[in-house]
Amino acid sequence: MCDTCGCNITEGNRHLIEGDGRLAQTESGREAITVLQGLLSANDREAAHNREHFDRHGVLALNLMSSPGSGKTRLLEETIAALGTELRIAVIEGDLETENDAQRIRDKGVQAIQITTGTACHLDAHMVHKALHQIDLDGVDILFIENVGNLVCPASFDLGQHRNITLLSVTEGDDKPAKYPVMFRAADLMLVSKSDLLAVLDDFAPEKAERHLRELASAAPVYTLSAKSGEGMPAWLEWLHAEHAAMTERVALGQTVRPAVQPDGQLMHAHAHQHGHAHQDHD
Amino acid sequence: MHELAVCQSLMNQVEQIARRENAECVTRILLSVGPLSGVEAQLLIDAFSIASAGTVAEGAVLVIEEQAVRVKCLSCGAESDVRPNRLLCGSCGDFRTRLISGDEMMLMSLELERRENA
Repeated sequence: MCDTCGCNITEGNRHLIEGDGRLAQTESGREAITVLQGLLSANDREAAHNREHFDRHGVLALNLMSSPGSGKTRLLEETIAALGTELRIAVIEGDLETENDAQRIRDKGVQAIQITTGTACHLDAHMVHKALHQIDLDGVDILFIENVGNLVCPASFDLGQHRNITLLSVTEGDDKPAKYPVMFRAADLMLVSKSDLLAVLDDFAPEKAERHLRELASAAPVYTLSAKSGEGMPAWLEWLHAEHAAMTERVALGQTVRPAVQPDGQLMHAHAHQHGHAHQDHD
Repeated sequence: MHELAVCQSLMNQVEQIARRENAECVTRILLSVGPLSGVEAQLLIDAFSIASAGTVAEGAVLVIEEQAVRVKCLSCGAESDVRPNRLLCGSCGDFRTRLISGDEMMLMSLELERRENA
């Protein structure tokens, strides 16, 4: 979504609205109004607001996504323990029901807010905004947003996070990136989790999972780790430190960053404002 | 099934525009949707009948233009139509490509009838 007007014109659809493009015509005598707005532009505006809030507090916001049971909460528990006082953590937990995950995080001594979505299969920017009212971001270095366990819907909703992390546990099958391209394409980092189980599984190869990720034109780093055994954890912790250091530098320069791939392809139309489409309703 | 949430967001946009344009009713809504947006066209159409009930767009025709997935190679410059889970250059096979179409999730245009003597 572009910050100026929320439109989304790509090289692929530009021809539809220019000159005598099909969409420029009025059909059947009625009035046609050209709009060219992302369907989630209201969510995207609220996400941008969240991101400004994170930036103002110098908090790195990380969106954790995966299928249910891939070990997101366990990874957070061990990450909090491993970081100790080096980086101060807060967590927003998304689940359909229960406070269980937030309680597990609180037991580690850090702030955790539980969002229960009822039947909704994903978090959106509004839910995160509401949760932020209950969190004291002063003194927080990294805010983890643990999304609802789901490999489909969460990928479409910007929450205001700076980075997306997608977990793939070794019990799931190494072709998951090929089966759920929208989710894995959105990842700035892919974690192959529960690697301690690789010894008893003969059908999961981390390098195959990585190959499927590369086929999505993704250059995201891939780390294989086990929160349980601690194997592979140092690379992940190092990534967190590096991302936090980069965040601190950006804040000093007044800059921000968004996940590499946006749900609405805003990166593809940096030049979209050279044409004169008119739409004024961006409140 | 997040299409209902997407559809409700669409309805908010449509109602806002209809008010601005002093529309009696909205008769046609045109969307552009690509496979990499994560939204299923058929589910969106199903959700639309629920989300539009009782609104200015009740009974409107929802038209969804499904966009092809197309990439431009950053290595050799070729453009190719590809599958959603294989975004490699169709010409040289390089994985360093840029998506030029296929992740759209956009409201393109509305067709509406204005009130008389507005």
